[in-house]
Amino acid sequence: MEHYLDNSATTMVSEKSAQKAFEMMTANYGNPSSLHEKGRLAEIELSNARKAIAKALGANSEEIFFTSGGTEANNTALFGIAQAKKRRGNKIIISAVEHSSIIEMAECLEQKYGFSVSLVMPKSDGIIHTEDVLAEVDDNTILVSVMLVNNETGAIMPVSEIFSAVKRKNPDIVCHTDAVQAFGKMNINVKKLNVDLLSISAHKVHAPKGCGALYIRKSVRILPMHFGGEQEKKIRPGTESIPLIAAFGVACNEFDINTNLLKISELNAYAKEKLLAISGVSLISPDNSLPYVLNISAGRVRSETMLHFLEESEIYISSGSACAKGKPSHTLKALGISNEIADSALRISFSKYNTKDDIDALCMEISRGLSVLAHS
Amino acid sequence: MKEILLLKDGEIVLKGLNRRSFEDVLKKNLKYALSDLGSFEIKSAQSTIYVRPLDDDIDLDDACERVSRVFGIVAFSRAVVCEEKTLESILATAPVYLADSLNGVKTFKVEAKRSDKRFPYKSPEICREVGGVLLQSFPHLSVDVHNPDMVVNVEVRDFGAYIHGKPLKGAGGIPVGTGGNAAILISGGIDSPVAAYMMAKRGVKLTAIHFASPPYTSKRAEEKVVRLLQKVCRYSGRMKMYTVPFTKIQEKIKNECPEELFTIIMRRLMMKISSRIATDNDCSALITGESLGQVASQTINALGCTDAAADMLVFRPLIGMDKQEIIDISYKIDTYETSIEPYEDCCTVFTPKHPRTKPVLKYVEYAEEEAGFDELIQEALDNLKITKITADND
Repeated sequence: MEHYLDNSATTMVSEKSAQKAFEMMTANYGNPSSLHEKGRLAEIELSNARKAIAKALGANSEEIFFTSGGTEANNTALFGIAQAKKRRGNKIIISAVEHSSIIEMAECLEQKYGFSVSLVMPKSDGIIHTEDVLAEVDDNTILVSVMLVNNETGAIMPVSEIFSAVKRKNPDIVCHTDAVQAFGKMNINVKKLNVDLLSISAHKVHAPKGCGALYIRKSVRILPMHFGGEQEKKIRPGTESIPLIAAFGVACNEFDINTNLLKISELNAYAKEKLLAISGVSLISPDNSLPYVLNISAGRVRSETMLHFLEESEIYISSGSACAKGKPSHTLKALGISNEIADSALRISFSKYNTKDDIDALCMEISRGLSVLAHS
Repeated sequence: MKEILLLKDGEIVLKGLNRRSFEDVLKKNLKYALSDLGSFEIKSAQSTIYVRPLDDDIDLDDACERVSRVFGIVAFSRAVVCEEKTLESILATAPVYLADSLNGVKTFKVEAKRSDKRFPYKSPEICREVGGVLLQSFPHLSVDVHNPDMVVNVEVRDFGAYIHGKPLKGAGGIPVGTGGNAAILISGGIDSPVAAYMMAKRGVKLTAIHFASPPYTSKRAEEKVVRLLQKVCRYSGRMKMYTVPFTKIQEKIKNECPEELFTIIMRRLMMKISSRIATDNDCSALITGESLGQVASQTINALGCTDAAADMLVFRPLIGMDKQEIIDISYKIDTYETSIEPYEDCCTVFTPKHPRTKPVLKYVEYAEEEAGFDELIQEALDNLKITKITADND
């Protein structure tokens, strides 16, 4: 039996969501820009999806812009704000544990467009602290981006507190959060978070790959990265991927955040207890993490070896860090974790479809792996 | 207008009485390299191989690219065949065939080669006549015999008259299959595909041997090796790859041998296994991508210990090359981007913190005998996986 425990990488598409995508490809396949009835029917689906996503974020549907995924949403947010605000200042503040779609875009803005980028390091608890962000904020700062939940450790960042402090110090600063790993898993309200922009992705919430969205608060001006059409108010032109967008909307309507969070918390606690009972296993995820993600170190067996060992029993997880030939994880490095622990880091990530059986299988095989695999 | 490829033999023209057999292999290799593009007539005369497409819809650009990777050819030209072997036909063909390229240049000169001495005009006369016609047809041109933008070649040969521009560079070397058989040990890094290419260039027909240690190495690492070999096959022709299940042996090394000797013992066992596979496949040598001093297992002493485990000649074509020189070749043969994909390979699985850089053979042999690998070697040889690899011509 398959035990899929890599839901932070991607998730299985729910049946309803997949059916919607199929329907939009084979029956309701119009172009929402077409003036005829077929186009109008497609446009209704587009607007329904936009409403579903807005509702899940506590936003207005006019503030939702569809993109090709989380990476494009993050890229658009950083690039678009930097370009729109470049006359007001040139400093951008991001956390050191952001997803590469933030970090590499920031590097690009620094190297090619003359912005200056400050990285805020997490403290040893894995969290980005308000005072450390504030210390970087000055009159020249135009943008602050801090993720809501870290993709590797599950650490929840105090985004609301950070952004409200930032805005008290300099109300002109635009605040962005990458909520890809948080969306659909914890309650999100853009107003309570004090964010101006927020990125989400469809395939992390049981919808198809290739779709995401950027929330842009109504009064915030942003410049596009792409040109050539009126779609998404020119922020993201190009014919909308209606099958994926409609499927994304269906997945959002299926959210049952509180019930699932309770279930996953129990599953996480169960997994933590069983895993930590195995000699050699230690915990990497900080205490206050979102229970959907559990990062551990499996003794002295290298991540990649353990991952391939587990796949032989159809157990699928992520290596917390790349192999000896790859680069070490920048997140684990920023947490000040030793190379040996980072080399054996494993990320287990849950979804509502997981059960205790999956955890039992995982624990059994990890402990078997630790005894049969030669240590590196 | 009918086009043809004229290929110049490389050093096989120096092969004296064996020349014919070298040429036969070269023609066979050409035929194989071109086989999926359509049918061609391939014949040789006067140190030149004529490749004539027999179907009308053959893409000669593709054919040129294939030919440029066949060892044994120093240069080749894509030429037009004049309808008749007469001066009139040459003069009628040249301005039409060369129009595109001549419109892009300002100066030119004509070079003629008359290997068919029955042709009534001598080379300087041909040059003069052709040059005259071109000057008439393209008034913007002028002749520059010292430093022309373009050289127009006219060749009058036994089978016909041909016109072409600048010859293209061939792959050099000697035809694969004329240099015997050897087995390349390939891990998936930058070096071994380059080593394979270099020995194929010297006419060696290759068999590949790859060591896989699942779950320490992944399926993707093995697929990566297959993709690398598919690139090498564009030069070397098809080959067989043997995948050796190496997990148990590596675990035993790890558990029973001194840590500082892990790598050297592993490499020696690879040599032992490879010698056996090579012998069974009529190979007379092993090939590795080792370069002196690159890593601890490639010091002069370590190579000595490794060599002692091989029952046959070991070729190390990269031995005196710097990493950058190796990388340059890997770019040329288009293996670099694949080589740097970050998958764990068997050589990086259990790397000791402080490997012995000056191992002494008798101690290494002692450690190996203490552990006793014969049974596991036999088990690995009994469980070889064979994959057939052909060129990736995308």
